[in-house]
Amino acid sequence: MFRHSLKVFAIAVVGAALGLPAVVHADGEVNLYSARQENLIKPLLDDFTRDTGITVRLLTGRADELLQRLRLEGRNSPADVLITVDAGNLHQAKEAGVLSVIESDVLDQRVPESFRDEDGQWYGLSLRARPILYNKDKVDPAELSTYEALTDPNWRGRICIRSSSNVYNQSMVSAMIASEGSEAASQWVEGLVANLARPPQGGDRDQISAAAAGVCDIAIANTYYLGAMLAGDDATQREAAEKLGVFFPNQEDRGTHVNISGAGVTAHAPNRGNAVRLIEFLTSEEAQRWYAEANQEYPVRPDVPASEVLQAFGDFKMDSLNLSLLGEHNAEAVRIMDRARWR
Amino acid sequence: MPQPTRPTRRRPVARPNLWQITSVTVALVLALPVLVIFGHVFLPTGDVWQHLRETMLGEYVTNSLLLLFGVGVGVLVIGVPVAWLVSVCEFPGRRIFQWALMLPLAMPAYIIAYTYTGMLDFTGPVQVLIRDLTGLGYGQYWFPEIRSLTGAMLMLTLVLYPYVYLLTRAAFLEQSVCVLEVSRTLGSGPYAGFFRVALPLARPAVIAGLTLALMEVLADYGTVAYFGIATFTTGIFRTWYGLADPAAAAQLAAVLLSFVFVLILLERWSRMRARFHHTSSRYSNLPRYRLRGWKATAAVGACLLPILFGFLIPAVQLSIWAAQTTDQWVNPAFAQLVFNTFYLAALAAVIAVALALVLAYARRMQGGFITGLAVRVAGLGYAVPGTVIAIGVMLPFAWFDNALDAFMRAQFGISTGLLLSGTLAALLFAYAVRFLAVSLQTVEAGLGKIKPSMDDAARSLGMRPLGTLTRVHLPIMRGTLLTALLLVFVDVLKELPATLILRPFDFNTLAVRAFELAGDERLAESSSAALAIVLVGLLPVILLSLTIERSRPGQRQRMQNRGEPRQNEPLAVPAGTQTA
Repeated sequence: MFRHSLKVFAIAVVGAALGLPAVVHADGEVNLYSARQENLIKPLLDDFTRDTGITVRLLTGRADELLQRLRLEGRNSPADVLITVDAGNLHQAKEAGVLSVIESDVLDQRVPESFRDEDGQWYGLSLRARPILYNKDKVDPAELSTYEALTDPNWRGRICIRSSSNVYNQSMVSAMIASEGSEAASQWVEGLVANLARPPQGGDRDQISAAAAGVCDIAIANTYYLGAMLAGDDATQREAAEKLGVFFPNQEDRGTHVNISGAGVTAHAPNRGNAVRLIEFLTSEEAQRWYAEANQEYPVRPDVPASEVLQAFGDFKMDSLNLSLLGEHNAEAVRIMDRARWR
Repeated sequence: MPQPTRPTRRRPVARPNLWQITSVTVALVLALPVLVIFGHVFLPTGDVWQHLRETMLGEYVTNSLLLLFGVGVGVLVIGVPVAWLVSVCEFPGRRIFQWALMLPLAMPAYIIAYTYTGMLDFTGPVQVLIRDLTGLGYGQYWFPEIRSLTGAMLMLTLVLYPYVYLLTRAAFLEQSVCVLEVSRTLGSGPYAGFFRVALPLARPAVIAGLTLALMEVLADYGTVAYFGIATFTTGIFRTWYGLADPAAAAQLAAVLLSFVFVLILLERWSRMRARFHHTSSRYSNLPRYRLRGWKATAAVGACLLPILFGFLIPAVQLSIWAAQTTDQWVNPAFAQLVFNTFYLAALAAVIAVALALVLAYARRMQGGFITGLAVRVAGLGYAVPGTVIAIGVMLPFAWFDNALDAFMRAQFGISTGLLLSGTLAALLFAYAVRFLAVSLQTVEAGLGKIKPSMDDAARSLGMRPLGTLTRVHLPIMRGTLLTALLLVFVDVLKELPATLILRPFDFNTLAVRAFELAGDERLAESSSAALAIVLVGLLPVILLSLTIERSRPGQRQRMQNRGEPRQNEPLAVPAGTQTA
């Protein structure tokens, strides 16, 4: 009680000093640190508040920085829930000891085992794949088979991919290390870099546009970027995206690389019960449909359909690798990419 | 006549006075985050350094140096000549140019980079038009690659030259006209007057502006990351996030800081102990060189180009995008964003300039070694990527909060929780640290131009130090102070990384919004927030620019005497002229 009132007092003093209205906490609240940006989470949170009466306080930011803040704030951190958009970050959070076991039958039932932490410290919320996108005018999909096959000299100067500083590429190489070993991953990265059409630059949408415009013949990019370009208002982007076909590689063996966005409850969550309720809400059918439609992600629940745009890409076999391994191999992946001069 | 003089040594005060205690405390507290980063140098980091040396370190260093060199040359070549043109020449549009030249300051570097890429890359309207007109395809014609090292140099130069322009112009305006008139009587033409008199006298201001621009180059992350250029900054983040080695990342940051520190020391050493004071207390309007014909055209062109490329073109593109995405900004939440941003920036500007004034003035009165060093260390915060500084702020704050909490729990069984962490106070502190260099460089440049004999005179007439500051120095350096306020204000408007990591719940700024959307590659949607940053920055830029011009010493008397022919004003050879 005292802690609470003292805090309110401190906030009131600081607030008054800064000319801000003091924030008085409602009883039912939950505090969220989210690496998913405001636009792509706020509507869901508003729905949650409307359904439950629980106020959600939101802080968005980059995953590594939110994690750093959580660690420094320690047991006094106000955060209840951490949401990230990469499994590697969730694994790091778990390793840092800032998450706790959730224990929810609802979540266990809804989220398939491969998309949640084995100890129940985090659960996936949505999925994205990182397939090969090819320019339909220039590439016959019969030429494509696996990620590994992209190192063939036949592809010299024909591939676009963004910088290796991006976590999606780091996770993709981590997955390669986990399933094929460092040596093979290293060779793959070197072969891929040798075949790039240009030095890595821009984001995933830029790679898609470049492939459509003929800078390169294929691009490696996340499905939701292509989906968002196809479903968006921007005519130029839509035309570019329509020039590309989606090829899901490695269907004969381990499957196409996928990653998740997911959530965990913090170790010192002041509002534990509400935190679990929020994550359960985010896996509800209503919320899962929203991910699918608004952000073109694959729902983590097998019983909720993907958007029509994504369904048009076709069904595919996902890499069933334990996603915790992505975090474990991340540093090694970056070293391999450093050595191969993948900028 | 002003000329380099050696500072008069004042007898050290026996007992520490309030000024000294305050300034040492303030300087040490502000230096804390940077010291925290330096502290990481002693942590073990395994073999990450060896890995970096064998792979990317060379590229980080080379690219950072090239970027520094390119932007350094760029901002000088643009900033100094236009400052001279609008200060001492008369040509069509001069009055508009003198404030319009500051406009690019309001453009965040990463926004201008995104905007130009959207226009100039392979899929942008310009190249599409070329292909449509010529029928050529990719690789069949030459077009400069915008996402390159040269491109990054250009982008950064376009938004950073105003630092050099602003400070240099303030120096030209505050220069006693006598110097120029004396140089003319001694036979100097306009060019000699510029190169041999005005420019050397303005050197501290030029260097201050250049230093700010270069520190910002070193701290830039958004532009180089988007262009795919591996620099020291991207290396820091790659090491921290990718290699999961925060200690090694902090060590990289410490190397960066040491590098900047050496640069600053070198510059100060090269000035030796020379100071550039203005001795005249008489000012008259600058007799402007009236430019005609091709010279006037060239002057207009020189002023127009940086405004065109640094502001008009990107602003028009942003406006077009904003018009297409009205749902992003026609709502009350957006107004709240504008308000948050504006008042945070205003508050931070006042705090940063007040602190700079305290520190600079204390150093002027008695240059204590500790204060001096702490001030230099704290000033380094500007060259560090904002995220790194933010961590340096978070560490001691969280430590204090948790230590206090643990103590209270143990002693009284009550918990105080986090008192400072996650509040606006922590954020404002981070701004003060990060932008101290900006306010301090500017304030020191202004204060340095006031001759110490002014202080002596005021003190001998019975004024206390505070009175001397408020009644003598502040009125003289009003223009400088406003410049400092403006620079910090606009810098905070654009600030992203520290805001992102330190802000409280449910508190967003325009920069955060622009980043979230642009970072998700939704340029059009991010345009309204970017444009609002520019617009919020515009108003004070224009207002302050007018005030700065009016604040030129002696200006008020001149306005009272308006109508008298200038010839009646005496060519003052001031009584204070002396050599050391």
